[in-house]
Amino acid sequence: MASNFDSRIPGGPLDSKWTQHKFNMKLVNPANKRKHSVIVVGTGLAGASAAASMGELGYQVKAFCVHESPRRAHSVAAQGGINAAKNYQNDGDSIFRLFYDTVKGGDFRAREANVYRLAQLSVDIIDQAVAQGVPLAREYGGLLANRSFGGAQVSRTFYARGQTGQQLLLGAYSGMMRQVDGGNVQLYSRREMLDLVMIDGKARGIIVRNLLTGEIESHEADCVVMCTGGYSNVFFLSTNAMACAVTAAWRAHKRGAYFANPCFTQIHPTCIPVHGDLQSKLTLMSESLRNDGRVWVPKNKGDKRAAKDIPEAERDYYLERIYPSFGNLAPRDIASRQAKFRCDEGRGVGETGQAVYLDFSDAIKRLGRDKIAERYGNLFQMYEKITGENPYETPMKIYPAPHYTMGGLWVDYNLMSTIPGLFVAGEANFSDHGANRLGASALMQGLADGYFVVPYTVSDYIANNKVEKVSTSHEAFKAAAEGVRAEISKLMSVKGTRTVDSFHKELGRLMWEHCGMSRNEKGLKEALVQIPKLREAFWSDVRIPGDANEINTELEKACRVADFIELGELMCRDALERKESCGGHFRDEYQTPDNEALRDDQNFCHVAAWEWKGASQPPVRHQEELKFENIKLSARSYK
Amino acid sequence: MADKKINLTLKVWRQRGPKEKGEFKTYEAKNVSTDESFLEMLDQVNENLVKKGEDPIVFDHDCREGICGSCGFMINGDAHGPQKSTTVCQLHMRAFKDGEVLTLEPWRATAFPIQKDLMVDRSALDRIVQSGGFITANTGSAQDANSILIPKTKADEAFESATCIGCGACVASCKNAAAHLFTSAKISHLALLPQGEVEAERRALRMVAQMDAEGFGACTSTGACSASCPKDISLTNIARMNREYLKASINRKEESGGGGDG
Repeated sequence: MASNFDSRIPGGPLDSKWTQHKFNMKLVNPANKRKHSVIVVGTGLAGASAAASMGELGYQVKAFCVHESPRRAHSVAAQGGINAAKNYQNDGDSIFRLFYDTVKGGDFRAREANVYRLAQLSVDIIDQAVAQGVPLAREYGGLLANRSFGGAQVSRTFYARGQTGQQLLLGAYSGMMRQVDGGNVQLYSRREMLDLVMIDGKARGIIVRNLLTGEIESHEADCVVMCTGGYSNVFFLSTNAMACAVTAAWRAHKRGAYFANPCFTQIHPTCIPVHGDLQSKLTLMSESLRNDGRVWVPKNKGDKRAAKDIPEAERDYYLERIYPSFGNLAPRDIASRQAKFRCDEGRGVGETGQAVYLDFSDAIKRLGRDKIAERYGNLFQMYEKITGENPYETPMKIYPAPHYTMGGLWVDYNLMSTIPGLFVAGEANFSDHGANRLGASALMQGLADGYFVVPYTVSDYIANNKVEKVSTSHEAFKAAAEGVRAEISKLMSVKGTRTVDSFHKELGRLMWEHCGMSRNEKGLKEALVQIPKLREAFWSDVRIPGDANEINTELEKACRVADFIELGELMCRDALERKESCGGHFRDEYQTPDNEALRDDQNFCHVAAWEWKGASQPPVRHQEELKFENIKLSARSYK
Repeated sequence: MADKKINLTLKVWRQRGPKEKGEFKTYEAKNVSTDESFLEMLDQVNENLVKKGEDPIVFDHDCREGICGSCGFMINGDAHGPQKSTTVCQLHMRAFKDGEVLTLEPWRATAFPIQKDLMVDRSALDRIVQSGGFITANTGSAQDANSILIPKTKADEAFESATCIGCGACVASCKNAAAHLFTSAKISHLALLPQGEVEAERRALRMVAQMDAEGFGACTSTGACSASCPKDISLTNIARMNREYLKASINRKEESGGGGDG
């Protein structure tokens, strides 16, 4: 086991752990900071905020992104909002309540200390964003407005219409660009990280492919911060952007970073249903819509009448029926599973029967069309563009889709992985959401990590470790670059018959069927037979046209799919070993009589962290036990 | 969602690299579902090209939800195609008729060099933001968010300007390849907010100077930019930018004048 597999949770009472820890951490003298360099990979909320904040402190930051511009990172697409325990609404919110809701929402599979810190930092994020000019929604009196999100009974979500992620990202991006102008951040766009370079057991740099020239470049620094997002695209169809990949995280995993809880994936309940085989991605309809939209299916199986022709008495508002206290704002994992159950019963709607209604007619009657347009105008417009139907007049049809991954690289309280000097922030780490993330908590975590955690813990690492300067001519850089070149030429030389997408779609179907909204032993074992076969087929029959020394989009995809195939296998292994149901991980074998997830706290109240043992050996599963000292470990109920 | 199948002919600009010569090539897109997005139709064309061992058509794209600003090219001379307020990734094939011939061209502007096929380099826009499109607020220095009161109408107006996705359609649609709509949207967003007032003058001066330095053209107020903008960024932003710039220029004289000129 890696000597670094220690959560390093500071002692003391929960509410003073972070304050005390900040005091105990070592500082780097302001004049010395410019002698130290940090690589930040990814420029979404976590990456851009980390790069901006460390640039402000005076570090020499090198920021990398696969996009043409850092502003295009996928955080930009987050719609509904960001949680913060401001209690501006006087409705009983507090840091402890946000902490409690998040731990409970995650089905008691997250660390108390991390989540508490997240809830504490949530309030600072809103202050920071407003100071930067992020135009969050306001009331007529000029104060900030809030809306409600799933899994909470208070209104604590701040938002910028349906474009909260875009506005927060532009805030972090503008902060980072200010540092680019000031010379503290160097920007490397259109670069994809393909390996982590380690010297003396520490992360000291990265190997990237320049996506414009194909050049394999080496970059060194005192430490590396990875903010490379989640891996929902393992399902091929997901709400993630096309370039979202596990590649950077997976390559770090192969260098020794443990991968935690890979089977904890979030299937978001409200997405536009699949229309056909040629579909390239799925589009989310924000959870905020469940503030005013009511979810229903016909009471009778196979009812093919149009929604407006189904009388009130023949509609089943199943979330309101089953979960009266949370109603349509039940957490995502629960809302998704219930939608699946209804469709499996034969009560789904639309041409495929794989959809449920999200109906705004009552809200439009109550509030008027203008108010609804003000709240959700851009989402309604997006829905109409994609489906050709007007949601002001007919209910939306929605179905769950892969959206977010709670699993990710294992990190300690300092957000450092099992590799010294490799920090992981945002969705790329596993830290705060347990087995299910609550809505409006991803933006919160990405920004908490980037603005307020990483700058402190990176300083502490630099102050504690006398990192010698290294050059990219070091053997370790040469060997890693050689390895990347060899892999690329191997891919290019297959010259098979099948496209990269055809493999990706096949993997996606396997994962959706066997490791999707519900899993069971038989299916997972079947997937573990099929995925290695797919891997073999990929490496012997993939076809990549063109040259590796120029823009080659097929090669880019191939590198990502190769890693998704390996990750898919690990996800199935993890799902198979976790013989319980919790949050987004639902095993058919472990459920209560009324089909709720049945946890096994006796045997599975832990984080599963996987260690890579090489291509020819199975990975090893390690456990980090979770202790609940401030919240009673109890069955989750939203009824 | 009545799914129909249509066939199209595509004339696509193919250019191997920034320094290579480009040309139009013709492709047939057969059996296209009207429920598909425009980019899914191109995926289908590319899938067939790859199967034949040919290079796929390269275009920038990512979120496919109309928000990241990656995608964009001209379809029959229209930036992002014929549908108003829509990025090309959100444009669906039901907007086209069976048998149509579509010409696809990259954004054309001196400041946006072509990288390959329909992909261009828009980093000039990043450099405009870098020159002043921000509020100086170091992490940790902020006061409580509700201590700044902002009238709802002001906040909404700032939000409207802030929704620019930086796709570059405004530049591509402008006969002068001007970046006034992009630059003014950022200047307006920040100038409308009390937090942004402190640096408003410096911001206007620096961003306009950078815009010129990048080789974007002048504005002749034809409004093609706003008409093609997928986020409906309004021309009033340009008016506000001009005002901010003028104000800043006058004040700059006062500041630097210092009495030396007599």
